[in-house]
Amino acid sequence: MENNAMLEVRGLKKRFGDLEVLKGVDLTVHQGDVVAILGPSGSGKTTFLRCLNFLETADEGTLVFDGETFHLGKVPRRDVARLRKKTAFVFQNYNLFLNKTALQNVMLGLQVARKVPKGRAEARAKAALDKVGLADRYNYYPHQLSGGQQQRVAIARALATEPEIIYFDEPTSALDPELIGEVLAVMRQLAREGMTMLVVTHELHFAREVSSQVIFMEAGQVLESGAAEAFFRDPKEARTRAFLRTISGREAGEIDPKKE
Amino acid sequence: MDGRLIGILIDSFWKILLPGLTATIPLTIISFSIAMVIAVIVALIQFANIRLLKQLCRFYIWVIRGTPLLVQLFVVFYGLPRVGVIIDPFPAAVIVFSINEGAYSAEVVRAALEAVPAGQIEAGYCVGMNYLQIMWHIVLPQAMRIAFPPLSNSLIAMVKDTSLAANITVVEMFMETQRIVARTWEPLALYIEVGLIYLLFCTVLTKLQSFGEKRMRTYGK
Repeated sequence: MENNAMLEVRGLKKRFGDLEVLKGVDLTVHQGDVVAILGPSGSGKTTFLRCLNFLETADEGTLVFDGETFHLGKVPRRDVARLRKKTAFVFQNYNLFLNKTALQNVMLGLQVARKVPKGRAEARAKAALDKVGLADRYNYYPHQLSGGQQQRVAIARALATEPEIIYFDEPTSALDPELIGEVLAVMRQLAREGMTMLVVTHELHFAREVSSQVIFMEAGQVLESGAAEAFFRDPKEARTRAFLRTISGREAGEIDPKKE
Repeated sequence: MDGRLIGILIDSFWKILLPGLTATIPLTIISFSIAMVIAVIVALIQFANIRLLKQLCRFYIWVIRGTPLLVQLFVVFYGLPRVGVIIDPFPAAVIVFSINEGAYSAEVVRAALEAVPAGQIEAGYCVGMNYLQIMWHIVLPQAMRIAFPPLSNSLIAMVKDTSLAANITVVEMFMETQRIVARTWEPLALYIEVGLIYLLFCTVLTKLQSFGEKRMRTYGK
């Protein structure tokens, strides 16, 4: 592994009106890392991820990406566009382009945004869809696909642009339980192939099995972080332990969230 | 109904239909097309929140929606010659109908743009597209489908509103009917007849609307 970090965030702060959502978050990601971001609802995980791709504008903090430093509170529009072309984002509710087929969804980022000629864009888009197991769904519109298939198209859309890192924002939270597996399987495969991923998730099994590094956030701060193995085996903070107990209890079926 | 009245009705049908084809329909098609261009531009300026231009758009919509169409026609046709601007009846009608409909339709298009989920734009940015690319490939196509039924409504309304152009001496269907009434003194039968011709035009448009809606139903619901 390289010594230099691919992505480094220092002191990221963000407030919505009076509410300080992020109170100075740090993160270092190396190439090939799979970083899981855990934490209770409202802890700022999603906002943090959105700030990294400028879907929200952070108030303070620095971002180092590929050795280039940016001041997050004020990144010129041209740099935002350039950085976004090196990254990809997978949303909780897929956000597939509703008026485009699966294939067109994957092609747009190549053909329109990166000016890849149509033939090559189509070949790359098909390869990406094949990879997520949707070779037979090229010409389906999003509403004709299940949630799990839509999320896999979204992952193919991310992959096709050959990003340096993919941000996942709770990629399985909107899915029916029986569809979660197919999406996690695709993500597991990407991790094995060395894709750098930053994943906000509630899937502890997945995080434990796949991620190399975990950060646990609460109330806009990183409460605990470290190598995944150590984090799950021996969490240091009492809050982390309590959180892991609650979630894993739910995963084991002790608490059915629907009956709560 | 006597033979004379039937003769008048048959005779007048073609006489009324002719200005329908040469005035009412072209006036509607030309004005509505220009109105659509105005509407999309005005709606996009507001949607993109371009400071000064947005205020200009709000002013335009405020004035046009707040004054009667008939008054606008009179100002342009009878009023402007006072300051040396003389416009022929037909182009004057085109100008007024375009500007008038543009203001109303701009609000329809703006509402449709705002109805497109914000996530569509975010996803567009995240695959690397810029604002204009996102608008062109994603937001506008989806918005136009949302706006299609209310815009069809406006088009149907405009077919009938063109009868107001009779007031600025455009010889369209209603003006022609008035002339025939003056000659034959059969107001009831003739005004009902011209009403039926408008109904015929609008029936065709209604059919076109449902055809168009079916065509656009390739995705979603």
